[in-house]
Order: sequence, then structure tokens, then C-alpha cells
Amino acid sequence: MTSVPMTQSSMSEGSASEGPLLVVEDLKVTFPTEDGPVTAVSGLSYSVERGKTLGIVGESGSGKSVSSMAVMGLHDAKSAQISGSIRVGGTELVGLNESKMRALRGNSMAMIFQDALAALHPFYKIGKQLEEAYLVHHSSASKRDARRKAIEMLDRVGIPQPDRRVDDYPHQFSGGMRQRAMIAMGLINDPALLIADEPTTALDVTVQAQILDLLQDLQREFNSAVIIITHDLGVIAEMADDVLVMYAGRCVEYGTVKQILTAPEMPYTWGLLSSVPDVLASTDARLIPIPGNPPSLLRPPSGCSFHPRCVHSDKVPGDLCSTELPPLLPASVGAAHLRRCHLADPSAVYQSEVLPEIAPDLVEETR
Amino acid sequence: MFAYVVKRLISGVLVVALVSMAIFLLFWYGPSSPAQTVCDRETSNRCGDRIEIYERTLGYDNPVYEEYGKFVQGVFVGRTITVASNEYECTAPCLGLSFVTKQPVKEALVDRIPATFSVAIGGAFLYLLFGIPIGVAAARRRGTLADKALVSSFLFISSIPYYLFALLTWLYLTITFEIPFFSNTGYFSPITEGPWAWFSGLFLAWVALGIFGCTQYTRFTRGAMVEALSEDYIRTAKSKGLPTRTIVYKHGLRAALVPVVTIFGIDFGTLLAGTIFTERIFEIQGIGWWSLQAVQNRDLPVVMATALFSAVVLIISNLLVDIVYSVLDPRVRLS
Repeated sequence: MTSVPMTQSSMSEGSASEGPLLVVEDLKVTFPTEDGPVTAVSGLSYSVERGKTLGIVGESGSGKSVSSMAVMGLHDAKSAQISGSIRVGGTELVGLNESKMRALRGNSMAMIFQDALAALHPFYKIGKQLEEAYLVHHSSASKRDARRKAIEMLDRVGIPQPDRRVDDYPHQFSGGMRQRAMIAMGLINDPALLIADEPTTALDVTVQAQILDLLQDLQREFNSAVIIITHDLGVIAEMADDVLVMYAGRCVEYGTVKQILTAPEMPYTWGLLSSVPDVLASTDARLIPIPGNPPSLLRPPSGCSFHPRCVHSDKVPGDLCSTELPPLLPASVGAAHLRRCHLADPSAVYQSEVLPEIAPDLVEETR
Repeated sequence: MFAYVVKRLISGVLVVALVSMAIFLLFWYGPSSPAQTVCDRETSNRCGDRIEIYERTLGYDNPVYEEYGKFVQGVFVGRTITVASNEYECTAPCLGLSFVTKQPVKEALVDRIPATFSVAIGGAFLYLLFGIPIGVAAARRRGTLADKALVSSFLFISSIPYYLFALLTWLYLTITFEIPFFSNTGYFSPITEGPWAWFSGLFLAWVALGIFGCTQYTRFTRGAMVEALSEDYIRTAKSKGLPTRTIVYKHGLRAALVPVVTIFGIDFGTLLAGTIFTERIFEIQGIGWWSLQAVQNRDLPVVMATALFSAVVLIISNLLVDIVYSVLDPRVRLS
């Protein structure tokens, strides 16, 4: 592997003495298929502290969900090969036996999923599903305790009349309420780490904002570390402290939310920013889609995985982009900002070529 | 819910009425008159002009609607049937007298129900007992060699026609290997002839039905289970830290059972309505065999009785399936 794993110090600037809650180092997830092994995630490293939010952005198939499911240990051991290191609160999860893993799952770390209608069991009442999540990690608790806890959590996430709605089935809830119930179920055991896999993708825009607010409130209350997986940069801007941009199973850019959104240094991140419509932007601003499709992970492109779709690869001398995988190196400005690109001065290219296209008014301001 | 059941029952009565009319008409205008068959048999094929007597006795000299009217009247209020100057008082629900045995059909039907129900319940019990757990086990080992071997061998068995399968089972176990336990097949009343006679007489039929049904139910269960286990809520259950057993059975099988129960309800209704091949091959005096004999003998009252019995059983079992379905799946509300 040619990627350079990030060192812990490079990411956790000014970290507390206890260190980050979640540390992922050089994670690689491979699925053997009939057509050969598919490496869905490789050389991925990041860390999240308690009370902080990491946003993971990327297109479908970029490995964002696969990497988070690896953290939760949700991959079938028979069909996924996982290497590298995942440590939660100091415990190494890669290779941890199933019963210990199960004790952590839903307890110290929880995950909420994109489509709550599909992710909740259609045949069990909401309350029963919450109680089950509580009881499995509180073997001494009574059913009555569990029910009280379920009602309390439903109330906390803003379900009206929780003592009555606790006996509803998922299909009797609205989309937003289902996602709230899902969040209540994730947080019922007060997990230190919460992974939200596109928690607002299936919701109306107005409900999206409510759910994001709720997640932020709860994070402050529980002081949990949050990973939010999304392809929506709006969600990132709202929620994240740090951002990890993934492409074809690799981290291509990493930095604080400000660095990623204002001074991105990787053409793929530029592409993501260019594809965001902004209702308030001047009508001169263009919406520029990234050409092409995400690559097949079965036969990933040589060199930089993004080079077949990159419009800036001609600025790199020779055929470096198509022959050599660029290492993840510190960006030109800002500490802890890492990017994977062969461009000599990506910042200059962004300022002179990309920004005028996507945000002409912003360029005016800076002049 | 109540209104739904009433509605379904009313439509069920309509179906039964239509079935009875259709059978009556088919027999009345069919190519060989029941009177001819009965006459030929009772006069040793020297029927000749005596056909008229038989037609009169069986009511074939009357218009069809009049005879059908008599049948319906018999079902609801009973009627008096005259056979060779003997009057028989047939109380409601009267299903008439058999053309062949001259015995009341209703009593004969009631006599044969225990045999058919014994076959159906025993066979269904066996195939559910083995089919569902094997299906679950195969789904959990999906794609492995064991799963593939199981699925293809079961597919092989279920692609043999059932009558051939049952016949081979009977031939091998009773004739070729002469296993005494299996040899005396048939229905014996568990009360008058003892439960052991009942059990050993029906056992082979259960085995044949059980194995054949098991292959099908294994495949249904496996398919439903593979689908259920790939659902998002299974991943949620896993992410909650639930033990594998809870995930597979409480979350997976609970969902997979819904389609299996639906198929089973209809299958079981069909079994209860009479298993013609099973009863014929294993010489069980049940409704299936009886209906087969009745068709061969053009015994219209018996054909009517068995057909109406099947229709009623199927309608009830379909209704029960719908009710059970709404209980199993809270998203389905009957209205």
C-alpha cells in the first residue's frame, strides 16, 4: 500500500489529555467477490474526540458507509476482510471476538441509519424496539424500567405524547418521527460514539433541519463523539468540526470544516463544492457536475483514482496522475489539513480557476 | 374487521352457490348421463329401454332448474327422496342419496372427514416441522456447499410429480422392502381400532406428504429468510448488539414467516379438502378418494357433496389466511 497513514498528532490539535475516543488507522476493508476482491476502503485513518463531529463526505460507493460499518463490526466476518486498527476508548476492535464486540455495539457505540422505515422492524412496536436495545445491555433492568426509559428517550427526541406513541408501529409514525425514534434507539444506552449514516437523506428539507438540530443538542447533552456520513455539504457545514472527503475507498482530503469548505486543495472536493446548488447565490454562479461516474472498485484506476474524471490532471507534469497514487500530504496552508493530489499548488488553481466559476461574488469580495 | 369477515363470508356463500350450479349443469348436460351409467351397472349392461325408469328415478325427466331447486331445498330445509317406492326422509342439510350405494351422502361425508383431516394434519405437521428449520438453516448458510447441495436435491424431489413420488414411496417401502410397519396402510379409527392402528396406517401417507411438502417449504422458508436477513432492520438489530439467535429468529424468522404462513394456509386448505393421490395410493377412505370414485361412477350427489365441501374448506381457509396475515403484519389492516 502506498498511502501514508496519518499520525495521531497531525489530527488531534489541542486534544484533551485522554486522547481521541475513536482512532482508525490504516483501515482496509476487502470483499471477496466472484470477479475478484473488491477493496472498498483502503489506508483510511482518522480520529474523533468526544464532543466533536467528524463529517465523512463522498459519492455513493466511495466507502463512507463501509468504513463506518467496519467500526461497528457490522460486516459479516465471512464476506469481509478487515485489516488495520480501529480503537474505541482504547479497545482494539479489529479481530475482537464476537461476544465482546456485541457488548460494545449499541452500548458504547451506536449507529443510526438513513431510511428509518426500512431500518426499524415493521412488525414490532417502536417501544418494544427501544426496550430491546436497552434490555440487551442492561440485563438486570426490568421490563418496566425499559419501558420507562423508552418513553423518556422518545420524549427527549421530541416525540409528542411519548407514553402513547410508544405503542405505535413504525408505519404509524411520520418520516421525521421515525428518524427521531431511530435516534432515540441509538442513544438509549448513552453511547460515547454515535455514527449517523445519512440521517437526513430520506427526509423533507424542513424536517432535515430539525433532525440536525436535534443531533447537535443531543451531542452537547451526551458529550458523544459523532461521525456523520453524508453527501450533502450543507449538512457538513452545519454539523461537522472536521471533514474527511472519501473517493474510491480512500481519504482524499482531510481538514477542519473551514479548511475544506473555504480552501479545498483536491480537485474532487472542488467538484463536490461545484455541484452544490445555492438558492441565494448570484445567477452567474454555475453548477458544474463532476464528469463521469465513480470508478469500479473491482478495477480501480491506476495512480490517483480520480484522474479519469479530473479536469486539472493536465497541469501535472508527465503522466504522474495515472501512474502514481499521490500520498496524503499536508496542504499548503493550515495545520492538519491533508490532501491527496499531485498538483504543485492546488490552492492557486482553486483561487484562479474554480472559485470564479462557482462563486463569482466570493471572488469579488476577496479582491 | 368484523365487517370484513361478514363481507368475505357473504362472497364465500356466493362462490359455493356458483360452484354447485356449475357442477349440476356440467353433469346434467355432460356427454354421459348419470342415469345411463347407473342403469348399465345395475342391469349388467343390458339397460336398453329401462333407461327411462332410471331417468325418472334420478329425476332426469324433469327440467334441470326443478332438480337443482330440489337439491337447494334439501340443503336448506330437507326433503323426502323416493327410491324404488321407499321413501327416505332427508333432513337439512340434505345432500341426497348416492346413486351407487343408495346411502345418504351426508353421513358418508361425515364418516370420511376424520380420515382426510388425519392425513392433512399429520402431513402438514411433518413438513412444517422439518421444512421451516431446514429452510432457516439453509438461509443462514446461503451460498455454502451444504446450502447448494440441499437446494438442488430438494429441487430435484419437488420436480417429481407428487403422484409418482407417493407411488414410489409406497412401492419401495411396502412391496420391495416389505417393512411390516408400513404394509397395512389405510385409515383406522383411533377410537374403535386403537391409536396404534391409526398411526401405522397413516404413517406412510404422512411420510410421503411430509417429505414432498418439506422440500417445498424448505425452499419457501429459505427464500423468505434470505430476503428477511438482508433487510435493513436486521442490520439495525445487529447494531443494537443483539445476540445472533435473537437477530435470526426474533427479527428474521418473524418477518419471513408471513409469506410462509400465507402459502401454508392455502396449501393446508387444499389438503383438508381431500388429497386424491395420497388417499388413492395409500388406500385411505377419505374425501379425496371418495370424490374420485364418485366421478368415475357419475355419482352426482357425491360429486356435489365433495365439491361443495372443498369449496367451503377453501373459502374458510382463505379467510383465515387473511385474518392471520393481518395479525402477523400490523401494516395490513382489514377493512
